Amino acid sequence: MPWRDVMKRTAQTARLMVGLPDYEAYLAHRRVAHPDEPALSRVEFHRDRTARRFGDSASRCC
Amino acid sequence: MATRAEGGSGLSWLLWAIVAALGAIALGVIALSRGETINALWLVVAAICVHLIGYRVYGLFIARRVLRIDPARPTPAVRRNDGLDFVPTNRIVLFGHHFAAIAGAGPLVGPVLAAQMGYLPGTLWILAGVVFAGAVQDLIVLFVSTRRDGRSLGEIIRSEMGDVPGVIAMVGILAIMIILLAVLALIIVKALADSPWGTFTVFATMPVAIVMGLYGRYLRPGRVAEVSAIGFAGLLAAILVGGEVAASPIWAPAFTFSGEALALMLIGYGFVASVLPVWLLLAPRDYLSTFLKIGTILGLAIGIFIVRPELQMPAVTRFVDGSGPVFAGNLFPFLFITIACGAVSGFHSLVASGTTPKMIESEAHIPLIGYGAMLMESFVAVMAMVAASVLDPAVYFALNSPVALIGANAADAAAAVSSWGFAITPAALDEVARQVGETSILSRTGGAPTLAVGMAQILSDVIGGPGMMAFWYHFAILFEALFILTTVDAGTRVARFMIQDLAGTVSPRMRDTSNWTGNLAATALAVGGWGWFLYQGVTDPLGGINTLWPLFGIANQMLAAIALTLCTIVLFKMKRERFAWVTMVPLAWLLVCTLTAGWQKIFHADPRIGFLAHASRYSDVLGRGEVLAPAKGQGQMRQVIFNDYVNAALCALFIAVVLAMLVYGLRAIAAARRSQTPTAMETADAVA
Repeated sequence: MPWRDVMKRTAQTARLMVGLPDYEAYLAHRRVAHPDEPALSRVEFHRDRTARRFGDSASRCC
Repeated sequence: MATRAEGGSGLSWLLWAIVAALGAIALGVIALSRGETINALWLVVAAICVHLIGYRVYGLFIARRVLRIDPARPTPAVRRNDGLDFVPTNRIVLFGHHFAAIAGAGPLVGPVLAAQMGYLPGTLWILAGVVFAGAVQDLIVLFVSTRRDGRSLGEIIRSEMGDVPGVIAMVGILAIMIILLAVLALIIVKALADSPWGTFTVFATMPVAIVMGLYGRYLRPGRVAEVSAIGFAGLLAAILVGGEVAASPIWAPAFTFSGEALALMLIGYGFVASVLPVWLLLAPRDYLSTFLKIGTILGLAIGIFIVRPELQMPAVTRFVDGSGPVFAGNLFPFLFITIACGAVSGFHSLVASGTTPKMIESEAHIPLIGYGAMLMESFVAVMAMVAASVLDPAVYFALNSPVALIGANAADAAAAVSSWGFAITPAALDEVARQVGETSILSRTGGAPTLAVGMAQILSDVIGGPGMMAFWYHFAILFEALFILTTVDAGTRVARFMIQDLAGTVSPRMRDTSNWTGNLAATALAVGGWGWFLYQGVTDPLGGINTLWPLFGIANQMLAAIALTLCTIVLFKMKRERFAWVTMVPLAWLLVCTLTAGWQKIFHADPRIGFLAHASRYSDVLGRGEVLAPAKGQGQMRQVIFNDYVNAALCALFIAVVLAMLVYGLRAIAAARRSQTPTAMETADAVA
């Protein structure tokens, strides 16, 4: 795997570890599945996921 | 790795033969070394080989033959992709996410406590437990949840077993959560009591996190890397300033607190932190604690490989007879209760039915993520065992024995520990304390300080030499305190939601989370619950850990028993009962261990083990109008007795929950056997 991909994957892993999925993947999904509807901005996306992570389920262990 | 090995080519056969031979040699060295120290590397190599072979042979067997995972079947992430909760995710990325979610303080603390019996019994249980119980549970729960749209353990129990078992399981999970939070909070209190350096550093993380939170909210939203870099710089500064604070005659007293005072502060903190907006304190600290956790685990692994320390702890100590000072009770069942996380942890069944199943790209990835991530956690547990065992055993016992057994000064402690056969001088104990920048290392129970001294010894050998030991010690304390505080904060929120959900089954109005009265009442109940056990632990004559850690271990293993009961039912419902032994064998073992341990914690005649015996000992003394140390006055005597009855009742509740689930489980299995066709309630493939 080229170095740039390794870095990208590492950054993706680090973000997902703190509950943030990939924003680019979200945008790509919105473009394909809901092209006519507005998508969350990067900031809105971040806020939405942060609130979700500490919602009503046990997302971590002891 | 595994996918490449599938082909069974000549090269992969050769590689697996080398792994098997290396594992056999390492285990042989461990088994044959008696009366001499061995290198920690043998333990680590044996663990890695057992993990690799366990994955290749047993993990893939369960996934392919027992569960018959179907790589072609669309997963919830694919069917319901929304870019938010349901996201098909690269398997390596998801492995990292899942591992970060399951690895916490548990696998670090349990092995440290279990080291009182020597490194061998604990290590063998970690390795056998993970391969045949822990990783099996994680893998099958992840599979079951993935087949059901990523629903949670509680929801799956309700749909596969019925509403009553669903509510029973929810009560059990809530009780476990409360005990978990209490014991984690107790670990912080024990580590920070009378330690101005540690206390200042941990206090400083709060303003650091709030600065990060404001920066990430208003200045540069969503920039995780920038926010984390700022926070990390803040943490390093806090450790360095903490050293100055501890050395200052003016500031050191201002940050020196007793255990009781810290416990009350932590309870207040828990309440405030769990009602603040998450972006202000919780989320930014979550970044720090997550990245620090992963970084420190990697650093420790690298450190062990570079330093290759000798294990000073004997392979087996005389405390296998149950007379040990760290926790009371015989090797069976208490070793298997003390090491939960790292061998088998019921809590993982909540994580494996949480966010991970919603992000699995293909069922082919389930073994790597479910079984593999648990093996990784087991590796962390083995490293914790190494860190505890590289210490001089006398230092280990001085750190982990309660004041009641070794006294409060170095001379008494050295005499007591030497009388157990681990010779040490008072000067040597003082020297260790001086090296790590503390006034005393005596009775710093709870595992975290022991791990920190062990890590400081290893890491200072790599970077900085003996002069850096104090820095590394407080770095390790900070790293543990950070993620424990994050768990306390996030866990209090989860417990609050559980309380509201449970109350909602009685009065639907309680479920409304926009109702602030309900929110505050549920939060107060959650904090009051763990706070009560925390305070009891801090004032416990035997040091608290001795009481609370076994309760936590029993609770955690019982949750695993509930999860494995569910997995067994699902196997019967899928008409895969030919392979039901895969879950029934670890289930039977967990039931034997937890029911025996639960029974002994209530009824054992030794007051160090049995709650009722302890209560009657205090009652007798109270009846004669006398007072038994460390209780001061009759009020505290009555409090100790009351605590014993509450602990006994809690133990009885755990036993009742697991037995009830077993009965419901047997009924569900009988129903599944009567049916001619599979009855598992999987989400249909056609659902879009």
